[in-house]
Amino acid sequence: MKHVILGAGPAGVIAAENLRKADPSANVVLVGGEDKPPYSRMAIPYVLTGKIEEQGTYLRKTDGHYDDLGIQYIQGRAAKVSPDSGKVTLEDGQALDYDRLLIATGATPITPPVPGLDLEGVHHCWTLDDAEYIAARAQKGSNVVLMGAGFIGCIILESLVERGVNLTVVEAEDRMISKMMDTTGGEMLKTWVEKQGVKLLTSTKVTSVAKDSDALKVSTDKAGDLPADLVVVSVGVRSNIDFLEGSGVQTGTGVMVNDRLETSVKGVYAAGDVAEGPDFGGGFQVHAVQPTSAEHGRIAALNMNGADVKYRGSLIMNVLDTLGLISASFGHWMGEDDMAVKMDHDHHSYTKLAFHGDHIVGALSLGRTDQIGVLRGLIQSRVKLGPWKDKLKKDPSRIAEAYVACTQK
Amino acid sequence: MEKALVLDAGKCTGCEQCEVACSMINEGASNPAKSRIKVFNFHDEGRFVPYTCTQCDDAWCMQACPVDAISVSSDTGAKMVSDALCVGCKVCTIACPFGTVNYNPASGKVIKCDLCGGDPACAKACPTGAITYTDAGATGLAKMEAWAAKTDAGQQANA
Repeated sequence: MKHVILGAGPAGVIAAENLRKADPSANVVLVGGEDKPPYSRMAIPYVLTGKIEEQGTYLRKTDGHYDDLGIQYIQGRAAKVSPDSGKVTLEDGQALDYDRLLIATGATPITPPVPGLDLEGVHHCWTLDDAEYIAARAQKGSNVVLMGAGFIGCIILESLVERGVNLTVVEAEDRMISKMMDTTGGEMLKTWVEKQGVKLLTSTKVTSVAKDSDALKVSTDKAGDLPADLVVVSVGVRSNIDFLEGSGVQTGTGVMVNDRLETSVKGVYAAGDVAEGPDFGGGFQVHAVQPTSAEHGRIAALNMNGADVKYRGSLIMNVLDTLGLISASFGHWMGEDDMAVKMDHDHHSYTKLAFHGDHIVGALSLGRTDQIGVLRGLIQSRVKLGPWKDKLKKDPSRIAEAYVACTQK
Repeated sequence: MEKALVLDAGKCTGCEQCEVACSMINEGASNPAKSRIKVFNFHDEGRFVPYTCTQCDDAWCMQACPVDAISVSSDTGAKMVSDALCVGCKVCTIACPFGTVNYNPASGKVIKCDLCGGDPACAKACPTGAITYTDAGATGLAKMEAWAAKTDAGQQANA
């Protein structure tokens, strides 16, 4: 059996390892798009702060890990998939035959249609090469404009502040991390980062970037012009699916897969950030988070190897450290009409739980790290709260007690 | 046979000696807030529940770690965090559905129970036998694993 895996992020690497484990004789080819060993984008901010070297981002730390497992790791990017002949053609013309194909090609940062984003000094922060570019220009005292305060923008924000730059963040939405935090939490985060010297312009759009002698001039719709030595663009990502045109593999936001993570084409699977797969709420979504990628990689591999394992659905969850204030979100945090909220503005602490009947279906948290994982347990195990629902409605911060009380009987 | 921490809530009196011992051994200071084992105190029921990582087979923390900083000890089966490799991203703290991996802001790394390398300080400190370190088969582990099975995909994948 010949397995080809497109994409060497967490989903691809975990799938390759699981394929090898399941079938010692299988031929496993892992195709990575960059001239690096498989690495974690999530670790890039820590390269920027100098906390780790490039090697610290590698998904596997042992020398020869892939060789030892008999996983052939090659560099290339898919240009075309031809399911009828079981062939993938890479951009360099190389053709790979497969019996089973896994699409784990992840995403690419979006460049919004703003004039001047092609100028020198304007950059995404997505790859290790990008990080190197940014590190060279984000020096102590440099003027840096960060476009976008979503999840990835906020991760980079912390690294930029630690590098000692003069940072201005321009965000089109009315708050930071609008996809993982409500208005209350967003306001708390804003106060927090502003206290630490970051200029945060929400509900503001960059209208153009232009050269201005040695530097750049960033024009906005509401806050005038901002001087910049570096502009970091972080306004979202889109799935890497263009190469699937004409392949018959159905795509939506990402690659559409069923509960076995198989696409509309038999023998072709998708996993990780590119997969639009079953979510915990019963729908199909792209959930571009590490735990989902890891689960996808494992389950896709089992099915590629002939098993029939159904994926029960991913729960969206995120955790973010913004200059020391830690936020987390789980599931359907926006909730319906049955909610519990506890907040303490002075201590930057906030908990919000969303209930459906006797269960918790979503949660937000700010300023807490202890036992935060029980929120996943409470939601995904559909823990019946019984008398603890009332207790949580009075004090939603008692999540760990609720979990232990309801599960340790 | 691999040994495991057996936590018997029925024998726990809430003295918190386990928390003191754990934080002393692992953090060098008596500080229950930094203990990897926690005693939950349910006042209204008069019940105390000692609680920590079960070293579950699913190892959600290990699966979710983006930089391979969590590994299984070949001696004890404990899931161990490598301080040298952990970048402090905290993904494991939300991935663990038991809430037993926690972030330590002082070190910028996560901490979890590592069974003290096979000689757990909490078990030694427990005066009532509520915490013992014994053969895994005899533990409440089965109960925890049953919960893990309901917590989605991983367990199915083991099936």
